[in-house]
Amino acid sequence: MERKEFVCIGCPLGCNVTVEAEGKDIKSITGNTCPRGADYVTKELTDPRRIVTSLVKVSGGELPVVSVKTAADIPKDKIMDCMGVLKEIELPAPVCMGDVVAENVCGTGVNVIATRTCGLKAAEAT
Amino acid sequence: MKKELVIIGGGPAGLAAAIAARENGVEDLVIIERDGRLGGILNQCIHNGFGLHTFKEELTGPEYAARYIDRVLELGIPYKLNTMVVDLTQMSGLVQQDAADSVVSEERVKAADNAASGVHDVRKLVTVMNREEGLYTIEARAVILAMGCRERSRGALNIPGYRPAGIYSAGTAQRYVNMEGRMPGREVVILGSGDIGLIMARRMTLEGAKVKLVAELMPYSGGLKRNIVQCLDDFGIPLKLEHTVVDIKGKKRVEAVVIARVDEHSRPIPGTEEEIKCDTLLLSCGLIPENELSETLGVEMNSATKGPKVNESLETDKEGVFACGNVLHVHDLVDYVSEEALQAGKCAAAYLQGRHSAETVGKQIPIRAVNGVRYTVPASLNIDRMEASQVVRFRVGNVYRDAAVEVSFNGKAVSSRKKKVLAPGEMEQVILKKQDLQQFEGLEEITVSIRQA
Repeated sequence: MERKEFVCIGCPLGCNVTVEAEGKDIKSITGNTCPRGADYVTKELTDPRRIVTSLVKVSGGELPVVSVKTAADIPKDKIMDCMGVLKEIELPAPVCMGDVVAENVCGTGVNVIATRTCGLKAAEAT
Repeated sequence: MKKELVIIGGGPAGLAAAIAARENGVEDLVIIERDGRLGGILNQCIHNGFGLHTFKEELTGPEYAARYIDRVLELGIPYKLNTMVVDLTQMSGLVQQDAADSVVSEERVKAADNAASGVHDVRKLVTVMNREEGLYTIEARAVILAMGCRERSRGALNIPGYRPAGIYSAGTAQRYVNMEGRMPGREVVILGSGDIGLIMARRMTLEGAKVKLVAELMPYSGGLKRNIVQCLDDFGIPLKLEHTVVDIKGKKRVEAVVIARVDEHSRPIPGTEEEIKCDTLLLSCGLIPENELSETLGVEMNSATKGPKVNESLETDKEGVFACGNVLHVHDLVDYVSEEALQAGKCAAAYLQGRHSAETVGKQIPIRAVNGVRYTVPASLNIDRMEASQVVRFRVGNVYRDAAVEVSFNGKAVSSRKKKVLAPGEMEQVILKKQDLQQFEGLEEITVSIRQA
């Protein structure tokens, strides 16, 4: 049997919740004040997911980088793989908010999309 | 140049205030923004979590800003970018000052007399500057202060040691990384566990830096639980509570910092020092409203918030000068900044349309923050002028468990709401109903306090 400690993020109370489990088979949950705490740790133990927000490079844009996010949450253990994919991308300006930057990132079935619009770099004054 | 309304700042507060003012009938207004784009600090906050209250979805900063910027453009609200407000004064003040000089014309004396007797000129002079137009003055009937806040700097923290390169406020580092695509360093220590510091711990880690630890002076973090879990725990970054930086090593570039445990009076305990090798120190040690302009105008300030004192209309003690957002008091959630700013815009419109003047309303009732409540915004209210209900926002000075927020009229408790936990890092609110205030006879004073179970 394995014991794991979690801090529930459901509200400012921040309960310290202890889970006893064998692998993903949960035996007991203690320390939570409300049912949300139990839901939270169950999800964290069996399928923790996060939305990843980062940047990709842009060429010829008003900014050198444009912000992006995964359109939905992806498995937590894919975060660094996702970052690796984003590091290799360079988009030509202009980029529009909502543009798909990477499809089905790391096989998660989730697209990475731009979260801001980046126009063309203003022409240099001569 | 003359304008009905000048809004100082084009961040979330300024944008929402401008939208509300225009939607409530103010045609002649302008937003003054010193940066090269609208949206303020939201532009560099590329993480998600914005807009849960307003839009019922989790947006990133740029996405949240875009919703308001699009509306500003749709309404055709004029704005000036790369333009800095350098001075803010009241016209009557000028007249009085001139009259005090030896050159006293009859007209000026009359104007000064009028100022003294209350029939004063309340137009504001907003002096602005930019590269294209130079320095010029806008004469405004009303002004909304929406300048936001600044991070507490190294100088304000009194950290000993040399002054090498590699020390940044967390927000500065955030701008470098997220807007300019530059990394400030590779091995990082963060002092202060405010939300920006936590967010940057994750950002720097994702971009390949090694964040060694976050040190927090207090026995609790000032950041949201969610950020501690998702920005530190997810990446195994230690949070050292009751620790501070006591020395910075390195002459040209940061080479290491020395951290130490502190006692209950926040004093470093000798013998607990530990040297941490790093090339970068980020500071996330609190935000201070940016009120130089408010102070130039002579607005009455609140020492707890470091922002102006305002009434129910979010109007300062200077007639026709309103304040909203982080310049008024530092918020945790941008949603509440937008909500507050909408109210300021609406009230400025009412003022400009003459629905708000001092003559038409009764007395101002003070709202006192006592017993654990550090301040309230607003600090007073006027029953005749208030809407059907008024949100009163406040912060507590300590962590309270199983306590209650109590509202009293003339010292008599009228409502009490139980709270499992209250913390300085979380802004709280109570809602006052106009009906209840009207029904209470001889209301002189409202108090908001914490009652321990």
